[in-house]
Amino acid sequence: MSFLRRRKPTSTPSSPNSDHNNDDSDIDNDKEKKTIREEKRKNTNTRWSCLDNCWWFVGGVCTVWWFLLFLYNAMPRSIPQYVTEVIAGPMPDPPGIKLAKEGLKANHPVVFVPGIVTCGLELWEGESCADGLFRKRLWGGTFGELYKRPLCWVKHMSLDNETGLDPPGMRIRPVSGLVAADYFAPGFFVWAVLIANLARIGYEEKNMYMASYDWRLSFQNTEVRDQTLRRMKSNIELMVATNGGKKVVVIPHSMGTLYFLHFMKWVEAPAPMGGGGGSDWCAKHIKAVMNIGGPFLGVPKTLAGLFSMEAKDIAIVKAFAPHVLESDVFHFQTLQHLMRMTRTWDSTMSMIPKGGETIWGGLDWSPEGHYECNTKQHKNNHKPSVKNMNYGRLISFGKEVATLHSSKLERLDFKGTLKDKKHVNASICDVWTEYHEMGIENVEAIAKYKAYTADSILDLLYFVAPKMMKRGDAHFSHGIADDLDDPKYNHYKYWSNPLATTLPNATDMEIYSMYGVGIPTERAYVYKVNSDSKCNIPFKIDTLADGGKDDSCLQGGVYSTDGDETVPVLSSGFMFAKGWRGKTRFNPSGIRTYIREYDHSPPANLLEGRGTQSGAHVDILGNFALIEDIIRVAAGATCEDLGGERVYSDIFKWSEKINLKL
Amino acid sequence: MSSVRRRRGSEAQSKEIQAEENNKEEEEEEKEHGEDDNDKNKKKKKMKDEKSKEKQEKKRKWSCIDSCCWFVGCICTVWWLMLFLYKLMPASLPQYVTEAITGPLPDPPGVKLKKEGLTAKHPVVFVPGIVTGGLELWEGHQCAEGLFRKRLWGGTFGEVYKRPSCWAEHMSLDNETGLDPPGIRVRPVSGLVAADYFAPGYFVWAVLIANLAHIGYEEKSMYMAAYDWRISFQNTEVRDRALSRIKSNIELMVATNGGNKAVILPHSMGVLYFLHFMKWVEAPAPMGGGGGSDWCSKYIKAVVNIGGPFLGVPKAIAGLFSAEARDIAVARALAPGFLDNDLFRLQTLQHVMRMTRTWDSTMSMIPRGGETIWGGLDWSPEEGYTPSERKQNSNNTQLTGQETNKTNVNYGRMISFGRDVAEAPSTEIEMTDFRGAIKGHSVANTSCRDVWTEYHDMGVEGVRAVAEHKVYTASSIIDLLQFVAPKMMARGSAHFSYGIADNLDDPKYQHYKYWSNPLETKLPNAPDMEIFSMYGVGLPTERAYIYKLSPYAECYIPFEIDTTAEGPDEDSCLKGGVYTVDGDETVPVLSTGFMCAKGWRGKTRFNPFGIKTYIREYEHSPPANFLEGRGTQSGAHVDIMGNFALIEDVIRVAAGAKGEDLRGDQVYSDIFKWSEKIKLRL
Repeated sequence: MSFLRRRKPTSTPSSPNSDHNNDDSDIDNDKEKKTIREEKRKNTNTRWSCLDNCWWFVGGVCTVWWFLLFLYNAMPRSIPQYVTEVIAGPMPDPPGIKLAKEGLKANHPVVFVPGIVTCGLELWEGESCADGLFRKRLWGGTFGELYKRPLCWVKHMSLDNETGLDPPGMRIRPVSGLVAADYFAPGFFVWAVLIANLARIGYEEKNMYMASYDWRLSFQNTEVRDQTLRRMKSNIELMVATNGGKKVVVIPHSMGTLYFLHFMKWVEAPAPMGGGGGSDWCAKHIKAVMNIGGPFLGVPKTLAGLFSMEAKDIAIVKAFAPHVLESDVFHFQTLQHLMRMTRTWDSTMSMIPKGGETIWGGLDWSPEGHYECNTKQHKNNHKPSVKNMNYGRLISFGKEVATLHSSKLERLDFKGTLKDKKHVNASICDVWTEYHEMGIENVEAIAKYKAYTADSILDLLYFVAPKMMKRGDAHFSHGIADDLDDPKYNHYKYWSNPLATTLPNATDMEIYSMYGVGIPTERAYVYKVNSDSKCNIPFKIDTLADGGKDDSCLQGGVYSTDGDETVPVLSSGFMFAKGWRGKTRFNPSGIRTYIREYDHSPPANLLEGRGTQSGAHVDILGNFALIEDIIRVAAGATCEDLGGERVYSDIFKWSEKINLKL
Repeated sequence: MSSVRRRRGSEAQSKEIQAEENNKEEEEEEKEHGEDDNDKNKKKKKMKDEKSKEKQEKKRKWSCIDSCCWFVGCICTVWWLMLFLYKLMPASLPQYVTEAITGPLPDPPGVKLKKEGLTAKHPVVFVPGIVTGGLELWEGHQCAEGLFRKRLWGGTFGEVYKRPSCWAEHMSLDNETGLDPPGIRVRPVSGLVAADYFAPGYFVWAVLIANLAHIGYEEKSMYMAAYDWRISFQNTEVRDRALSRIKSNIELMVATNGGNKAVILPHSMGVLYFLHFMKWVEAPAPMGGGGGSDWCSKYIKAVVNIGGPFLGVPKAIAGLFSAEARDIAVARALAPGFLDNDLFRLQTLQHVMRMTRTWDSTMSMIPRGGETIWGGLDWSPEEGYTPSERKQNSNNTQLTGQETNKTNVNYGRMISFGRDVAEAPSTEIEMTDFRGAIKGHSVANTSCRDVWTEYHDMGVEGVRAVAEHKVYTASSIIDLLQFVAPKMMARGSAHFSYGIADNLDDPKYQHYKYWSNPLETKLPNAPDMEIFSMYGVGLPTERAYIYKLSPYAECYIPFEIDTTAEGPDEDSCLKGGVYTVDGDETVPVLSTGFMCAKGWRGKTRFNPFGIKTYIREYEHSPPANFLEGRGTQSGAHVDIMGNFALIEDVIRVAAGAKGEDLRGDQVYSDIFKWSEKIKLRL
């Protein structure tokens, strides 16, 4: 402190207190010495204050951290639970423990079929940029490599644009075993909770099987490249044989439901194209198929994903790490890179809405009619909404277009427009997406067509991404079969479309559709032309389009309806409510179908994590009620034992409105 | 200004003395100003006093915790910096450095053979050995909460340190049934991850897998036949359906790989497990797999045994007898401090012994074939072996005369009490039979009960009787074990057998307990199949032991290896109470090689269909320097899985080569000479 005070006189040249010259000079002298010393001291002091303090701080933080960590590790495991119970009241027993107390035992072997993106992928062969990643997860886990070498990552995760298989010199393969999809990322469970609860009543690896597959490939290609379907068949047969002939309970989730539809057709089809299991394979080996959140008729989100890479959920990644995809990991053009990558994944096309206008509604009608988005909250003072939503227009350009009656719409056909190659700018747009081959005229032509229904959207996709759709067309179909006996429906491209196949001949089998309801789910979009620059994707969702108070279903350019946040109720429920109910032409042997809906309620407090009553697409795998249902069925119950159907949504009412020949 | 200074000065005056020492540095300056007035000097001095006072205060504050924090912070920061630099470093740098020091590295065999144009052909099945496969918890007691589907065995072994007695409790099996104790389910990890790395950085199959992947293998053409290596072979089928799974997966892989038969790679105990499998799969349904008598010929191209203890391992005896073999658990090799320290508060060995004695599989490795194979009191097949023999051969001078002087080591005496007993001719040894000795129950001390080993039931008389028998050969050792551990051996003899069959067509040999003993079974009817035995040589391997009575208190294991027994010179086979012979550090050459060198060679009664057998030995040479890690030319039992020559052979076989294409046998040891000495009816 003293030298600070000393400094002051130096700034004031003549101090009033000094009378002698002698004194003055002395003080000056003194001053000089002092300043030298001050500087010395200051130097040491600054060193302390900067680097040392820094180290001191780091050391302090580290030590405290380690100490806390040590305490945490030393703490008995029951304390967090105890704290939770004090705050939130006693927790219910996990279903596994509860049912173990009831005396339930492992009975039927269980097969899990994971959905898109939830299953891990690992590297088996790569280019030099992926050195040292052999058998490390590229997808799933911590996604560390995405940050470290993003371009390398994208390159390896992409498939060949022509064949939809591995690019030369790269082999990415699904992880196998239960670890493939128990946790998607550390702490983000997918199947882990269900597995843990099943283990409580005696399940272990000999009677649980994770049918992991490469979810990027088209379903038939998983068999061509990895023989995945045949592995699944062989493993199911093995489990039935080693568990005393008890049939399996299959639990597909999300896209896995379509994959398993494909499997059921494949396994009974004759050998070169199919598995050659004979027409009674399913009847002999499957007790029940318990679909969880199955997008049987497709997901509107896929459209937004394929069209402009904007759906909130083309990758679940986006849901829990929103910054991953939006940040500039790839130096600009993140979305373009992602679009290029995802467009090489054939499997995404399995989820384009199926059934066209018959199912999803036309320009002026939709099965959901006047669904009110916040019914749940307004149930008490319920007023029937007057307004009709045009859910049928899956994509409209501009908010007015979305609400206008079809007779007032002026639509120009885009299909005749020639593609203009002049606008391809190779130097700037190093990211290849098919949009660069389109040119401005075409972009405008698309916008002028104004409204797209589930039918015309296919034409749109053919127009904007011809190569992708050509691959997709060879593996998936999106129509409704007129005559299911037509031999053309023996082709594998129809196997995953419930509207173009029949269910297997297995009268004892049960099919469940279990899904969450009560969460607004994307159903239709309001788009605008993106005029930013040439290298960008030319369309984007018009996030300004908002319905306001009277039209709460429109928010940020997205019309939403009831569902599980990803799949609308219509898609997961219709086949069960009507398409397969009783003996129909899609279900000739009359397999019993059941709908089990789970009303979403968000976690009560932070300690509950992702909640035990969630209805969201992935979180529902931790829903206690759903887990209990699954365990009961796995232990031998039939749906009557569960108390039959459980419906909260208007799925039966909406299904009535759909005129499908049955 | 001055007034301020003065006021301060008056305060500081009293502390002038304290500050004196700090003024030394400033004395020089003061001298310069000697002409100045006194009061000015005083003023200055007071100034300095203040400063030094503050300095002192600061120093005092900065003392203990601060410098501690400072130190930790320093280290952390530097560490992070290094870590950051390390991460930034291109992946090729370490390789570059290594190459700069040791010269260019050879291509890994996978890369080399890919250049030769080899591609994946036959599907490959790995059968891991004892202890290398991971085990995870599926159901446990209260103390193991939160460990669901976490590895108890393999990985970091963190739980051993955190809750050792809980860990031992869960790793043990039921002492009566050899299956799970009630309320505990520990199951093998499945998939390639089960045994690619045993612990982080300690590879088992990983190097082989990586090299196979280079020529195009992936999970659809590779299968890890993981099984619970603690339980007896037949019980893996009873409890986990492990054998059925292997059968089904081999069938699937052959079907999906265009009908190319599988190449099986068993390692260590996996060799015996696969012998068991081959009998099981062809046996009719209730006891066997019902695959029909041509299953092996339809689905198996070759069995490439790596370090297979076909005739057992002497180490297993020491392990069962006194939990002392260096390698009953590989764990010991990699964490030597781990089993020897007092993790369990005293009695570590007893706890380990109690645990390992519940593992039936250890009994599969008790030496088989008795005195016929392992030698009697006065002879052994290896007699005359000197460890340095092969080194001398290279610069062979007139050393032959020396050989005759060498005392013959009586390897046949697998356990002797006292060194003089081990070396004396058999006529001079007075053996008293221990079998009649009454076990004294009176001595059993209840305080020892918390660690249960069967020794406590024996009493002093029993222990003395055992010691007085003095010498045990491979035959009498079975009686010994039956005497000291009757419960364990009762379980063991229901699942394993150690004899030699007189008449292989006797229907009793259809029982599964004989299936893993090559001396009591026939090889399957698969003339096109090939059997390889690949193993390392050139390492001293435990073969016989000198024991003594343990002088400690009652709660200890009453026998221990007499580590003071040393051979006469450095080259001697006797070190620390252990006689060593040529082998791969765990399995002696005799055990790995004899069946392929003689027992199965040509058409014999053990190999009635003339399956071709090949011996491929790999001479051990230690890693040239630290950078090579566990070496690419190692011959040690587990490290051989990273031996480039072996990997190359394996890849060639997997890509379609036959035994002749590898140029048949490759032998460094005296296995053929030794085999000649064994009089086994073929």
